[in-house]
Amino acid sequence: MVSKSGSRLAEIVARHEQELVPEWLNQQLAAVSARRDLVNDGELKEQSRRFVEKLRVGLEGMDGNLDLAAPAWAGARELLDELSRTRARQGFSPSETAAFVLSLKQPLYDRLRGDLARDPEALTSELWKSTVILDKLGLYVMEVYQKNREEVIARQQQEMLELSTPVVQLWDGILALPLIGTLDSARTQVVMETLLQSIVQTGAALAIIDITGVPTVDTLVAQHLLKTVAAARLMGAECIISGIRPQIAQTIVHLGVELGEVVTKATLADAFAIALARTGRTVVRTAAAGAR
Amino acid sequence: MERIPILKMGDCLLVTIQVDMHDRLATTLQDDLTERIVAARARGVLIDISALEIVDSFIGRTLGNIAAMSRVLDARTVVVGMQPAVAITLVELGLALPGVSTALNVEKGMALIGRALGRAEADGGPET
Repeated sequence: MVSKSGSRLAEIVARHEQELVPEWLNQQLAAVSARRDLVNDGELKEQSRRFVEKLRVGLEGMDGNLDLAAPAWAGARELLDELSRTRARQGFSPSETAAFVLSLKQPLYDRLRGDLARDPEALTSELWKSTVILDKLGLYVMEVYQKNREEVIARQQQEMLELSTPVVQLWDGILALPLIGTLDSARTQVVMETLLQSIVQTGAALAIIDITGVPTVDTLVAQHLLKTVAAARLMGAECIISGIRPQIAQTIVHLGVELGEVVTKATLADAFAIALARTGRTVVRTAAAGAR
Repeated sequence: MERIPILKMGDCLLVTIQVDMHDRLATTLQDDLTERIVAARARGVLIDISALEIVDSFIGRTLGNIAAMSRVLDARTVVVGMQPAVAITLVELGLALPGVSTALNVEKGMALIGRALGRAEADGGPET
């Protein structure tokens, strides 16, 4: 392709900029994918106008190799970044987001056909070029959209990690660690660190690890649990594992997991009772409450 | 040569590791402690490692050995005050020190030794 090849397309866009915008807008509004509940017409019009303007700038400054990374496209890229980000947040689906750029094809083709009707060769080449550019822009929108989604997922994972590892103090010297969700290596690390830190802070000699909220226990999860127990023991705190459901007890035995000397209890209440007994305490029912 | 002091309290020996352990120091401690246990006829050994922040596999294994040797010499051994990072490292290294008693701090460790020796809990106080 020759170096000035972009300019012809740019010329046509520049000449018809005024008509292109409303035509494109009609196109977008008529489409099923127009989410008029999420974005109002004025805003959409403004976005469309700005995009056509940036498209023209990009086309004018473009060299032959149709590269979107070129500095001339910086404005268009920036606009699409922002648009894609807001749309991802507003709840647009991926195709609805991509449709913004791709729906420009038809009005643009109409204009090209009108202007280059007498030169079929130029028409074909310009059509091809505009297809490539709009497709690239469409893909770019998708990429940004995807990246935003991934950021949201990563943030939620982090939040879940923080949410799901509380250490609570049940009594003076007795800690409880209610685990919820699957235990993987990363979570075990966090769980272990928070538990050991709490042991240091509170000086607790007993910790109850409650696995009622852990959906499945496989060999790996069991190993992680045993590691946590071993680390706590090294620091001088004893661990009790509670909340072992019947199915989990079966799985543990079928898998041949050796829990060793670790004390296990079916419910947190049982474990708490043991913990109180070990620290030399008893729970006594007072007469008043007993009469109830 | 650098040495780790071994203090005698009644029939107990108190080892407080205040510096970063290196291999030579660890083996020296091993020699010294076994000698002292026999010489002092100690019945309890308390090793305080609360100041120890870094362990490698050698130090970890030596700690385990020291504890095992004291037990062979019929002295109750308690390792106290292990830092969380050290505990995690030892577990990851597969050195969970089986058979070694542990306690959170010196006070609780002394109470544990006292109980194990069947003595009234006067020196450590009841565990809270």
